[in-house]
Amino acid sequence: MSGLLMPALDQDVLSRRAQIVSALQSIVPGEGVVSDENEMRVFESDGLTAYKALPFIVVLPETVAQVAEVMKYCGDNGIKVVPRGSGTSLSGGALPLEDAVLLVMSRFNRVLDIDYANRCAVVQPGVTNLGITHAVADEGFYYAPDPSSQIACSIGGNVAENSGGVHCLKYGLTANNVLGVEMVTIDGEIIRIGGKHLEAEGYDLLGVITGSEGLLGVVTEVTVRILQKPETARALLVGFPTSEDGGQCVADIISDGIIPGGMEMMDRPAIHAAEDFVHAGYPLDVEALLIVELDGPEAEVDYLIGRVEVIAKKNKSSTLRISSNEEERNAFWAGRKAAFPAVGRISPDYYCMDGTIPRKELPTVLARMRELSEQYNLRVANVFHAGDGNLHPLILYDANVPGELEKTEEFGADILRLCVEVGGVLTGEHGVGVEKRDLMPEMFTEDDLKQQQRVKCAFDPDQLLNPGKVFPQLHRCAELGRMHVHKGNVPFPDLPRF
Amino acid sequence: MSDVLEADLHPKTNDDVLAAVQWAAAEEMPLEIIGQGSKRALGRPTQTAHSLDMSGLSGVTLFEPEELVLSAKAGTPLSEIHALLDEHNQELQFEPVDLGTMLGGAAGYGTLGGLVSTNICGPRRLKSGSVRDHILGITAVSGRGEVFKSGGRVVKNVTGYDLAKGVTGAYGTLAVLTDIIVKVLPKSETEQTLALYGLSDAQASEAMALAMGSSAEVSGAAHLPTNLANSNATTLLRLEGFAPSVAYRIEALGKLLADFGTHERLDEQTSKAQWWAVRDCLPFAGENSPVWRISCTPSEGHRIVETIKASTSADAFYDWQGGLIWLQVNEGDAKADLVRSSVQVNGGGHATLIRADATTRQSVPVFQRQAAPLAALSKRYRENFDPNGILNPGRMVGA
Repeated sequence: MSGLLMPALDQDVLSRRAQIVSALQSIVPGEGVVSDENEMRVFESDGLTAYKALPFIVVLPETVAQVAEVMKYCGDNGIKVVPRGSGTSLSGGALPLEDAVLLVMSRFNRVLDIDYANRCAVVQPGVTNLGITHAVADEGFYYAPDPSSQIACSIGGNVAENSGGVHCLKYGLTANNVLGVEMVTIDGEIIRIGGKHLEAEGYDLLGVITGSEGLLGVVTEVTVRILQKPETARALLVGFPTSEDGGQCVADIISDGIIPGGMEMMDRPAIHAAEDFVHAGYPLDVEALLIVELDGPEAEVDYLIGRVEVIAKKNKSSTLRISSNEEERNAFWAGRKAAFPAVGRISPDYYCMDGTIPRKELPTVLARMRELSEQYNLRVANVFHAGDGNLHPLILYDANVPGELEKTEEFGADILRLCVEVGGVLTGEHGVGVEKRDLMPEMFTEDDLKQQQRVKCAFDPDQLLNPGKVFPQLHRCAELGRMHVHKGNVPFPDLPRF
Repeated sequence: MSDVLEADLHPKTNDDVLAAVQWAAAEEMPLEIIGQGSKRALGRPTQTAHSLDMSGLSGVTLFEPEELVLSAKAGTPLSEIHALLDEHNQELQFEPVDLGTMLGGAAGYGTLGGLVSTNICGPRRLKSGSVRDHILGITAVSGRGEVFKSGGRVVKNVTGYDLAKGVTGAYGTLAVLTDIIVKVLPKSETEQTLALYGLSDAQASEAMALAMGSSAEVSGAAHLPTNLANSNATTLLRLEGFAPSVAYRIEALGKLLADFGTHERLDEQTSKAQWWAVRDCLPFAGENSPVWRISCTPSEGHRIVETIKASTSADAFYDWQGGLIWLQVNEGDAKADLVRSSVQVNGGGHATLIRADATTRQSVPVFQRQAAPLAALSKRYRENFDPNGILNPGRMVGA
């Protein structure tokens, strides 16, 4: 992706910049429009920092009416729009375009309604993920999906990316925890889908919008489910001599009917990096380290800890510790949570991948990855959401060595191809963005991708919203809408019939 | 080909389905898509010269209990899937609803494709989500006559738009499903239900909200008023899980709800029977007056019923803590305007006409009309799958 091709710049739009700035200023007065190059610099990339582009103009609206007007103005005038929340995307979802208005939703930062009787909260999209939990914590509630960037990432961004987190094995992804949204389309229409009721009517557009990476509309309000905090949580820290043993232990826990709150695995390089960094007390002579967290009522947690312990021992665990208090539980997690910065310490740069595989393929995938690691002469450390098969290989490289970023990206692409080959997918939770855009054909046929793009045409017929993301090739909606009539060569008479 | 056209189409393979839809698309010939026909009385009746009988496209193609995944052809009977999962002590956790008896037919029918296309789930909605939350991937033929797939076999997947959700609950108006990959989960070790007696609808609403807001992990919250319970209004709160956990939680829940009068613990067998009845809407079985399924803000459910009852004779019971109302209109027509306006003034939501004769379902919008911008978007959405409207045309009108 280093040679990333983005849609051709619209010279006409570029030539009208002064006029567009002034039109936008009349919609969002005060400091809501940023057009100074230096001031726009801060927005030039998101969490995928290898890619940068200066936005055309930055707009920070404050009201839904302003969002609708900005969108309508851009839609009417053929101006591209890139939506942005907190800018923590790891796949370049919020990467600016030089001819696109960057619509920053950070001023939408209010919690609008907390409804404990119905266990939901209505929030503006700029509220952070953790901000929702903080707003409801006094009553013992929390918002379950917990992406690792939860302190900074916005709920609007979570909807756009269908964010997951450590606890989504048991509690679901964003899509399973959002009840409704208000959204503005590129024609400036304000659309409400769902609400406090559990199911929206009609087609599941909420399901389509969630995870659509800012290509279908700009979310201006979100209704989320909140849950009562589990009474207690305890964790086991289990080491295994081989990744096969660790993988089998995970399978056996699930086969036993146990769905842990979290189940994380690390491979040897990740264990060592984490231990060197935070001294969590991780065993260093194991190939796989598993953290199993059980949450719920105390009686249940104590009971299940015992059951998981038996399963772990049956699977040849070489070390096993059980947390007896919060301090110990947090210590088990400390290394895992610091895994990324820990790897950052042992290498000038690292590149975080995000594929998902069927769990049983873990040993195969790790073995193949070791081969690739030797082939590319680049080290790799793995952290793994073991319960749901979401793998985060961290490729260690040095951006200052000419060609090493490109080599890293090729290695990463090979890993993702491997994930698809064994029955998995390109991205489990980070999104396609620009990062995996050109790998989409590894997983989808042309017809698969065309049908997805037709869905976009229903929302955004001129393809002005976040173009250049997700789809490797942009087809015009008119072209996509054309019916290819198969008349004449239909093998209809061959159909079995009665 | 004329003699062929008179017949229904009975595809046996994905290629057969593709050929049939391509033919229908080329001829602009509408098709009614049918599995076992158990849900044929749901939605607006379609009038098509041809039907596409999917029951021949059947069979589980992949089942890996340890990976919690099952893939099957769309025409696979649900009974076959339930039996297979049973053997491995697993289940479809969203509790597929069987409306056969309530609709005046037989229970035990239905295919996976029909289940996904209607997206009607049971009491566990509160805790585990609906059908759409468990569909991992699909392969389908669009009304354009093109095969497409979406999703995959893993839970954690954000690769492209989630068209698996996008076609779930679409009543076959977007595409013909051929393959469905679904998440399966272990069955709970046991269950018990805490039953409260004699509560009014409003008191029950309070009790259910308190229970759901506790850490007791209630997996079902329903209320049957006196005339639909055996003799005394009954509020049901279900707890599922490992035996020691259920025992602990039911104790705690009983204490929490001590102010709501006497309660009783229903054992596993009694609990299962009660929830089966709630799930399949059995209180309204054996009659034929119109039945509505209303999705609303849980705490507003009893107010909606009160508003409706002020103008007409109706019976209603509540699932999903009040967020799902099953309502039977006892006199005259279906009272669509009354039902829908009552929802509107009490927190919003939507009402779907589930049981009514075909004439009524032709004239009364079965699905609630959407606000204009959303309705226009939904129409464009459908047209991008099925531009000529050949798949179950009109079935979802109102949506």
